[in-house]
Amino acid sequence: MSVAVPNMNVRVAAGRDPSDNYLNHSRGLLSWIFTLDHKRIAIMYMVFILANYLLAGIFAMLLRIELLSPKPWMLADPEATKQLYNNMFTLHGAMMIFLFVIPAIPAIFGNFVLPLMLGAKDVAFPRLNLLSLWCYGMGGLFFVYVLFSGVYHAATGNTLPGGFGLDTGWTFYTPYSTNEASGGNVVAATTGAFIIGFSSILTGINFVASIHTLRPKAMGWFKMPLFLWSLYATSILQILATPVLAITLLLLIAEKTLHIGIFAWKLGGDPVLYQHFFWFYSHPAVYIMILPAMGVMSEVMPVFCRKHIFGYAFIACSSVGLAMLSFFVWGHHMFVSGQSALVNSIFSLLTFSVAIPSAVKVFNWTATMYKSDIRFNAALCFALGFIMVFTAGGLTGMFLGSLQTNVPLHDTYFVVAHFHYVMMGSTVFAFLAGMYYWFPKIFGKTCNDKVGCWAAVIIFVGFNLTFFPQFIMGTKGMPRRWATYPPEFQIYHIISTIGAFVMAAGLFTVAYNWVAGLLIGPPAPPNPWGGNTLEWATTSPPPHDNFAQTPTPGDPYHLADWQYVNEKQGWVKSPATSEGPQA
Amino acid sequence: MMTGAINLLADVGGSYWLPPRASGYAGASDWVFWFIMGICIFFFGLVAALVVTFAIKYRHREGVVTDTAASHSTALEITWTLIPTVIVFIIFYYGFKGYMAGTVAPSNAMPIVVNAVQWSYSFDYPNGVNDSEIHIPINVPVEFILSSSDVIHGFYIPAFRIKKDIVPGRYNKIWVQADQLGEYDIFCTQYCGLDHSGMRAKLYVQTPQQYAAWLDKKALEAASIPPVDHGKAIYTKFCNSCHTIDGSASTGPTWKNLFGYPVKFADSSSLTVDEDYLRSMILNPNNKIVAGFLPVMPSFQGQLKDRTHDVDHLIAFIKSLSDKGQPPALPGAAQPTTKP
Amino acid sequence: MNTPTTLNTATTEHHDPYLAHHFDSPEQQNASAKVGMWVFLATEILMFGGLFCAYAVYRHLHPDVFEFCAGKYLNTTLGAINTLILITSSFTMAWGVRAAQLNQKKVLIACLSLTLLGAAGFLGIKAVEYRAKWVEHVWVGAWNQYNADYTGPDKVSSTPSPTAAAPASRPIDPHLLVEDANAGTANESKIKPRFAVDTALAAPPVATASAQRVDYDDLSTPDKQRVNAFFSCYFLMTGLHGIHVIVGMGVITWILRRSLRGEFNARYNTPVDLVGLYWHLVDLIWIFLFPLFYLIH
Repeated sequence: MSVAVPNMNVRVAAGRDPSDNYLNHSRGLLSWIFTLDHKRIAIMYMVFILANYLLAGIFAMLLRIELLSPKPWMLADPEATKQLYNNMFTLHGAMMIFLFVIPAIPAIFGNFVLPLMLGAKDVAFPRLNLLSLWCYGMGGLFFVYVLFSGVYHAATGNTLPGGFGLDTGWTFYTPYSTNEASGGNVVAATTGAFIIGFSSILTGINFVASIHTLRPKAMGWFKMPLFLWSLYATSILQILATPVLAITLLLLIAEKTLHIGIFAWKLGGDPVLYQHFFWFYSHPAVYIMILPAMGVMSEVMPVFCRKHIFGYAFIACSSVGLAMLSFFVWGHHMFVSGQSALVNSIFSLLTFSVAIPSAVKVFNWTATMYKSDIRFNAALCFALGFIMVFTAGGLTGMFLGSLQTNVPLHDTYFVVAHFHYVMMGSTVFAFLAGMYYWFPKIFGKTCNDKVGCWAAVIIFVGFNLTFFPQFIMGTKGMPRRWATYPPEFQIYHIISTIGAFVMAAGLFTVAYNWVAGLLIGPPAPPNPWGGNTLEWATTSPPPHDNFAQTPTPGDPYHLADWQYVNEKQGWVKSPATSEGPQA
Repeated sequence: MMTGAINLLADVGGSYWLPPRASGYAGASDWVFWFIMGICIFFFGLVAALVVTFAIKYRHREGVVTDTAASHSTALEITWTLIPTVIVFIIFYYGFKGYMAGTVAPSNAMPIVVNAVQWSYSFDYPNGVNDSEIHIPINVPVEFILSSSDVIHGFYIPAFRIKKDIVPGRYNKIWVQADQLGEYDIFCTQYCGLDHSGMRAKLYVQTPQQYAAWLDKKALEAASIPPVDHGKAIYTKFCNSCHTIDGSASTGPTWKNLFGYPVKFADSSSLTVDEDYLRSMILNPNNKIVAGFLPVMPSFQGQLKDRTHDVDHLIAFIKSLSDKGQPPALPGAAQPTTKP
Repeated sequence: MNTPTTLNTATTEHHDPYLAHHFDSPEQQNASAKVGMWVFLATEILMFGGLFCAYAVYRHLHPDVFEFCAGKYLNTTLGAINTLILITSSFTMAWGVRAAQLNQKKVLIACLSLTLLGAAGFLGIKAVEYRAKWVEHVWVGAWNQYNADYTGPDKVSSTPSPTAAAPASRPIDPHLLVEDANAGTANESKIKPRFAVDTALAAPPVATASAQRVDYDDLSTPDKQRVNAFFSCYFLMTGLHGIHVIVGMGVITWILRRSLRGEFNARYNTPVDLVGLYWHLVDLIWIFLFPLFYLIH
């Protein structure tokens, strides 16, 4: 082997400063706010998104603490406590969904990694990318306003006790959300969500155009990394579903402010029509959340199992298939709304079809582990946790898709547990896996892997402790969105709260791990994990224009050429082969 | 064998995971539940076992060279696509079949109207009785006709495994036939505002004799109750979550010394409380908001029946709480029978 | 479409000032822009699609209301003129795109100006229509004379109290339960449900002959309270469309300004192309709106 060089297998072109990267390429706050660099945009998204995750997580902890007792106890006035609880669950849901889970993987990893994986210098529309970041920020400001403003009624000068924020639930069902009692913050929150929707749409447009036109000739559709397939499928959903949310929110605002009557039963409107509009977006939205997570899984599993992903074509096609099917099942949120039995049956049948592509992926990832060469580290620990938790969450979806069992379980804690298993457990685990996987590339630093693995275990234990008892509560009949409850459910709530604290401890351990890595971690090599996708063919962190020399793509999962060299503590490509990124 | 396995699961888990069963339909629903549970346990166990086994067996060990395995197998892909597809369609079939059996009420089902309002239920019986509890006779089909006068509520009876939303502007229906005596919970499951978690009721399954006796008792009570006492009962059923009668503060103005005194509105006008004002506040409350209070009072139009003089008796009760509410005593006239 | 290159930015020459640094060729940039624009148009179609669904649902449930309101309050002539204006403006826009491709600067400017004129004309007629609705007191919510909370002159009141409004399907008021002879007896279990059907709500009137206009009095009692359903659809859909026309005018003005400065030629005319696509979509949406509102009586 040759002499040790600071950037293994990546030659720096003549005339370039090897220490110049996108982080120090230009300085000053304005160079960040007005940047066109997709990598900087991704970092800014990361800061906002993680801040929102922390805030919405704190609301969740407050909910769990209040639920320790069947009667309201946190504030002196029980009415104020109930109002506070109602506001907390609404804001927790709305912020987590619109400000964290939907944008997290596409806006952070999609923006950072997609152009790199394509061997391109940026996304197709960098200015649109910046606009989508600003939309996210502006929409977020509306939520900040909602947080601090009371449910204030001008005529009386009163604020409901404990009544800052919003209490309609993140679903904003009419007629409650269009009544006087739910307050003016409904308009502020829906306006914020409307603006954030544009962030989603513009990102989707950008990714579709990039994947279509910035792909190198040597990278055909079936030679693309699976993360790009998942981003493509997600973008289709963002483009086609988010506008329906936009019009739904506009109609809600028009109903609330102008009493336009479209959902008002006294004026000939139909409150259930709102639910149809809302869920037509919100069901595809949950696939916007999970598809990128599955994409991360498809990158992490092969690299740490040192084996080609199993069933590439099936995973790719099932991603797009899942995206398409997800448009046809929204009615399964409304089985008890008074829809006809015929409509219910159709939606139930279609809902079961949507389970199949997800199952196919789980089997493929498991098969990737067969006869592989597994190297454990934090990213893989989270990925394995994902498989367990996603399987459980997905299987419990069957109870909810089946008509007869949906009826007693709808709007109970069973549903709460189900969606937390797939959204929190699965998407967040995949997000954390992605953070650990791409952390060296993004920041050029290495995290302490042992701490990361232990954090993964703590979070896994805490997560299950929090949400498994909720399945049991749900089957026993505990309704959701209840500030008070019959005493027979208390033991489950107590276990769930203990689990929440364990999970929080794990998440703070992860945060500590990242900060420590940033501050005192050793510098990262270009390819710390031995991956064969193109982002590993440049320095860590990458230069401003991504590549010193545009790499030539090969099979993204052909890992056999990379050998781990102990002396170098890193991966080196065997010089003999010509396939894959040539450094 | 499959039925045996499901029954085993149900026996082991039944009374722990699920509420008590009060009807045959609930039993059928539970069968489907355990059927799906069995499939879930099998597949989760399979995946978990494989992941753990592979993670241990194929972990990297220094110096050990692993032989490569194939990275695709169309046969395997087809198998593990087709088998789950067949299974989910079977699950769909059972869920669909059971659900359809419960959608159409028998033609002789006894109707009970469920009136939902923020944040309480009241129930209308065929003989005109209105009460805040449901009593039904055992083995008789009962159809609930769900009516809301403000926002969407939920109507969930865990013991019967039934649930439906109560949507204003339409009448959703749901039916049960109880086969176990007992007391069961009713929960509101669609978020409806501040006291959503307090919106609960009780359902009692009784023998036909007990049921008839209860119905008689309620009918008699409704007929013979003195106006002020009837008003007080209405207060307890509908109004006490927001109004006090002893002068203490709450969501709405207290009724102590309300009648006959002037009240000030948010737009600075004022008037003296009289019967017309009270009637208009009960039926169309957000016309004039009292200063210092929020416009959250729902209208009780339709909830309070003219047939049973509900509004008049409620006004009589409110008058009885005020020292300006009693008419000057006529010589020999009877005084109102109750004091608050 | 993509010419592979091994040169990095440090040495690439820019062939023209409009080629962005991350594209390898103007053709690639143009293709990208086109893909992006079509995808954006898909989002617009989905957004309006939601409104068209709402229209379909309400019209299916209350066909008489729609016939009555369209017949009485919408002027088909004005609507037809607007349709003609928009179609013509689409034609001038397409001609403008062609002119840009052929380096015909003067023709391009003329076409863009005519398109703007058409858009302004469309908005003018829309303003006339909206004003007419205002004068006739048929906006939405509290500004509509058919609604319960209307407080202005010419209030149309047919309504029993709104809480007794009957459902969309066969209307039955369960509060009008008839007492059963078995009530309170040992034969409780034999109680059959019987409802006194409100005869006024019983059945919608027989549909009037097609030659005759549907009048307010021809509507069934529940439908009389649902007049607002038509107007909420009308104002939401034409209003949102109008907003898109205004935005379109702004964008066309921007392109006109750039054309005056000579920025477009046969090699670079992508922005004109993309604005043209947007304008055609705006026109297309109106072509659906027009018959659905103006031609249904």
